[in-house]
Amino acid sequence: MSEVKYSKEHEWIKVEGDIGTIGITQHAAEMLGDIVFVELPDVGSSVEKDGNAGVVESTKAASDVYTPISGEVMENNQAIVDDPGKINSDPENEAWFFKLKIKDKSEMDTLMNKEEYEKFSKESGN
Amino acid sequence: MEIKKTSLYQLHKNNNAKFVEFAGYEMPIQYDQGIIEEHKFTRKHSGIFDVSHMGQLFIYGDENLTKDLEKIFPVDLKNLELNCSKYSFLMNNEAGIYDDLIITKIEGGYVIILNAACKDNDHKILSKLLLNKYDMNLDESRSLIAIQGPRSVQILNNIIKGVENLNFMTGNWFTYKEQKIFITRSGYTGEDGFEISIENHLVEDFTKELLEKGAKLIGLGARDTLRLEAGLCLYGHELDINKTPIEANLKWAISKQRIENSDFIASDVIKNQIIEGVKKIRVGIKPEGRIIAREKTKIFNEDDLLVGEVTSGTFGPSVNGPVAMGYIEKEFSKKDTKVFLEVRGKKHPANICGLPFYKKSYVKGVN
Repeated sequence: MSEVKYSKEHEWIKVEGDIGTIGITQHAAEMLGDIVFVELPDVGSSVEKDGNAGVVESTKAASDVYTPISGEVMENNQAIVDDPGKINSDPENEAWFFKLKIKDKSEMDTLMNKEEYEKFSKESGN
Repeated sequence: MEIKKTSLYQLHKNNNAKFVEFAGYEMPIQYDQGIIEEHKFTRKHSGIFDVSHMGQLFIYGDENLTKDLEKIFPVDLKNLELNCSKYSFLMNNEAGIYDDLIITKIEGGYVIILNAACKDNDHKILSKLLLNKYDMNLDESRSLIAIQGPRSVQILNNIIKGVENLNFMTGNWFTYKEQKIFITRSGYTGEDGFEISIENHLVEDFTKELLEKGAKLIGLGARDTLRLEAGLCLYGHELDINKTPIEANLKWAISKQRIENSDFIASDVIKNQIIEGVKKIRVGIKPEGRIIAREKTKIFNEDDLLVGEVTSGTFGPSVNGPVAMGYIEKEFSKKDTKVFLEVRGKKHPANICGLPFYKKSYVKGVN
């Protein structure tokens, strides 16, 4: 059974065992507009919850990507580096950003479930 | 200060525009399709741009007006034919650029198209330079729209017969719903197209007709990527009060005869810069990978010395890669010179390149 949770920075994380797959939400992709460049954290690097873990750029501007959970990066998605447009077309499946080995599963409790996130993104308007 | 709206505001809104404040106006940055699709549609088909925020300065006067304007602008206005346009600049005494503009000779005077953010200041400067001798009107009763792209001529000619006979950088008065509209074959996307000066109360009807004929509304976001691919300068980025036309690599826009006569504002500086050369110059920059170097990105040479700065940089949808323009020390400005762009602390390789990034398709020989 996998579990999907969401952060206030508009990232999603899907957890299977102690591996988390992270990407940006549909809402975030829509707000950013056409994504034309992405930078991902290196495999083997450690990322800290709410810390910087990559960059996405639209035609208009660059935005930081944050990791919702701490851990060690196991894999990053080269397909979105080669074709960043995938992030606009399928942000919550095919266009995942990176997978990490979760350091502390209790950090998951600080994140929102789907209903909470939908309410949050509607209310925050950004 | 209250934010201004153009006469097409409601039409933009009805077409789901995302708005952004630009030079005191609420302007559409993009519509539903997004910048990339809007950009590509313009290159392939026909895009409509609301540029009503730009200034339309009408100046009327006798032959003394031409003489007086020649003291200000480095173009040959005496020999400019009726309804023909020239690209030029308003400069200070040091050749710093207050604004870049298009000046067109019309019956009884001139019309000058000014950048939105500069127009009020330009108006003030010009009034002062011309000693309030002439009838001058920064006309807020007219809107300005551009229609750009290969299908534009056909679409516009369906509504206004005869526009197909205009050459690039020429214009004429036409009639729409019994009102006079001024159309020039020009634009700022690198594509064939037209700019239409039309009374505010008619612009929505007119734009709707263009939409019915298959053109689409395009936002300022795509206008920026289109002009950057075409290697065209944007005031506040490539051009400002601390840069001269020679540094901006716009010598082509200055009349040779006028430089020889040396009788316009800052002509001594311009002449000197042409003879002595300039320290920095505007160039095109092509990053080797996909990295986007935005405005203010620092440019280093192969010895890791700071040699320049990016003034505009984005992803070029038609080029399908990143593109940039910037200023670089003259000795590193040669085509194919390798440079490095510092983005988020890392240096990325790039090459100095010729402009434009995307070939222009202006129509010059129709009559």
